[in-house]
Amino acid sequence: MAVIIDKNSKILIQGFTGKMGSFHADEMIKYGTNVVGGVTPGKGGQKHLDRPVFNTVKDAVKHTGADASILFVPPAFAADSAMEAADAGIKTCVAIVDGIPSHDMIRIKRYMRRYSRTQKMTLVGPNCAGIISPNKCMLGIMPGHIYKEGRVGIISRSGTLGYEAAQQLKNIGIGISTSVGIGGDPINGSSFRDIIEKFETDNETDVVLMIGEIGGPQEVAAGQFAKENMKKPVIAYIAGLTAPKGRVMGHAGAIVSAYGESAIEKVEILKECGVTISKNPSVMGDTVKTVLGKIK
Amino acid sequence: MDIHEYQAKEILSSFGVTIPRGGIVYSPETAENKAREIGGSKWVVKAQIHSGARGKAGGIIVCNSPLEVAQATDKLLGKKLVTNQTGPEGKIVNRIYIEEATDIEKELYLGLVFDRSSESIMVVASTEGGMSVEEISKEKPETIIRSKIEVAVGIQNFQARELAFGLGIDQELIRRASDTIIGCAKAFSELDATMVEVNPLVISKQKQILALDCKMSFDNNAMFRRNKVSELRDKTQEDEKEVFASDRGLNYVSLEGNIGNIINGAGLAMASMDMIKLAGGQPANFLDVGGGATPDKIVKAFRLITMDEKVKVILVNIFAGINRCDWVAEGIVQALDKIEVKVPLVIRLAGTNVEKGNEILKNSNINYIAADTLEEAANKAVKALKG
Repeated sequence: MAVIIDKNSKILIQGFTGKMGSFHADEMIKYGTNVVGGVTPGKGGQKHLDRPVFNTVKDAVKHTGADASILFVPPAFAADSAMEAADAGIKTCVAIVDGIPSHDMIRIKRYMRRYSRTQKMTLVGPNCAGIISPNKCMLGIMPGHIYKEGRVGIISRSGTLGYEAAQQLKNIGIGISTSVGIGGDPINGSSFRDIIEKFETDNETDVVLMIGEIGGPQEVAAGQFAKENMKKPVIAYIAGLTAPKGRVMGHAGAIVSAYGESAIEKVEILKECGVTISKNPSVMGDTVKTVLGKIK
Repeated sequence: MDIHEYQAKEILSSFGVTIPRGGIVYSPETAENKAREIGGSKWVVKAQIHSGARGKAGGIIVCNSPLEVAQATDKLLGKKLVTNQTGPEGKIVNRIYIEEATDIEKELYLGLVFDRSSESIMVVASTEGGMSVEEISKEKPETIIRSKIEVAVGIQNFQARELAFGLGIDQELIRRASDTIIGCAKAFSELDATMVEVNPLVISKQKQILALDCKMSFDNNAMFRRNKVSELRDKTQEDEKEVFASDRGLNYVSLEGNIGNIINGAGLAMASMDMIKLAGGQPANFLDVGGGATPDKIVKAFRLITMDEKVKVILVNIFAGINRCDWVAEGIVQALDKIEVKVPLVIRLAGTNVEKGNEILKNSNINYIAADTLEEAANKAVKALKG
C-alpha cells in the first residue's frame, strides 16, 4: 500500500462539472485512478463522465464509499468545500486551487481540530500539483507519464520543480513511490514534516527528496524531525538563493521575513540535521542516485 | 498589498484606535489651510510612500507655522524618496499627510503578524518603540512580549490587558491601551490583513495613547471580498513593470541583473534564477507565467520582458505538464510574431510532447538557442551575454 493514496482509493471530485474539474477528472481516470463520482451542489442526480454527481459530499460518501477527494472549486468557496469533506469522513483531500486567503486556511485547520487524530482528514495543498503514486493513483494535475514507479518519495512545495525532479529521476532510471505537492502558500494543509513522517513508515519508500524554497519554517522543522526520528536518508534542494529579502516570489509563501527563512540559512540548518543537499536544481536526480548508491 | 500610513490610520481609528488629528493634502496651497483646520501650534508634515524609515530620508518635517507646513509640503511633493527599503530608485511622493505634533512621553512598539509556525495571529509588543522590530529583536530582545490570538474566538480582553501591563503602562491608561490592542487585532482579523504595525505607539504628555505611525498589509488572495481595502491600492508606489504584470495575471519581481526570465511555476522560476547565478550571470527578474503557461500568457510575458531595458538575454524555461510542449511552442512562435526581440533568446522546453514542441520551434523562422536541460539553458544564456 502506497503512502496516503492507493489503487483502491475511491476518489471524489469536488467541483466535478466545472471546466477544471472535468478536464482533470478525465486525465485522472485515463491514468487509472479510481474516480467514483463528484460533487456539484444543485446538480445531484446527473451523470458526468459516466459517473454520478451528488449535491453534498455526505451523499457522495454514503453512495460510493469515497475516502479521498480533490478540490476544483474557486478560492472563495474552497475553505467551505474542504471543511465539508472533513465533516463527511473523507480521509485525504487535495486542494489544487491557488488563491485561498490565509485567514481561511487557518479557519480550516482550526475546524479540523474537532476530529481525533485517527478521524482527522489529511489535507494537502492548497496551491499544489497534488499527489501521485505512479501506476497506482493520481490525485492531482501533474503529467502522469513523467513519473516512473520506484522507491523514492518526493515532497515539493512547487509543482513544476517537482516535475523537473521526477523527469531527472526517470532519465537516470530511478522511480518514485509517491510524490506529494504540499503547495506554495504560507499556511498549508500538510507540512514537509507531516509528509516526511508518513514516508518514514512507508515500506515502499527508501529515501525522501524534499524540494523546498525560501520562506517559512517548514523545511527546517522537517530537517529537525529527520535528525531525531528518521532512519531513511533525506535529500533536499532549496530554491531561491538569488531571491531578495522581503519580496514575495510568486508563491504567496515564498517570502523571507525571519532568520532561517532564506535559502542559504535553510541549507545550512538542514546540513546540520544530516540532510544531503542537492547543490543546484539540475542535480536533484544525481544527488538522489548517489544517496541510493550508499544504502545498497 | 500595502497601503499608506494615513489610510492605515483611518482604518484603525474606525476600530477604536486613537490617532492624532490630521488630514491628507495633494498640493501646497491646501496644506496651509489644512494646518489651520487641524489647529494647534506645531505640525508634522509626512510624505506618504510605501516604505518605513521615512524620517531618515527627509520625508518627515516638523513645522511651527501653517506657512512652514505649506513650504514643507511644496518641498516634498513630487520628490522621490530613497529609504533603506525602497531600493535606489526610490518612491514618489504624491500625497502629504499633515498631523498635529504630539508631546511624547514614551514610545512603544505594537505589531501583529501571521505566525507561520503556530498558524495563528501573533501580537508582538515592546517598550522600545521607534526602532524597527528587527532592531528591537537584535538589540533589546528581552523587551519583546508576545501573545497568540486564537482565531476561532479572536483576541480576549485578558490578553490585551496582559500585554498592556507587560508594557509597564500606568494603571489609569490600561483600559485605553487594551482597547488599542483589541482594535488592531479586530482590524487584522476582519479585513484579511497580513500585518498591522503601530510604531511608535505613544503615551503623550497629556496621558493619551496614540498611534503615531501605522502600517498595514493585506492578503492579495482575499481582495475579492475586500472591495474597500482593494480601492486603497496606490499603483504609483509599485514598480511599473510589476503593476503591468500583476494586472495581467503574471507573477513578476524586478531584479538587478540582465538575463530576463520567462518560466512556468514559482519554484522552477526561483530554481532557474539560481542556475543563472551559478553559471556566472545575474537574473533581471523573477517571472512565473503560471503552471499552465498558456500562449496568451507567454505573449504577455514577452511584452513585459522586452519593456525592461536592462535585459540583454532572454531565457525561456517551460516545463509543460497538461499544457503540452507543442502548444507552448506555438505560443512562443505567436509571441515572437507580434513582439520584436532584439537580444539573444535561449529556449528550454521539457515535459509532455517535448519533441513535437522542439520541432515546431525549429521549423519556425525564430532565431533562438536551444537547450535541453536547466543547466544547459543557464550556461547558454550566460554565454550569449558574453557574446
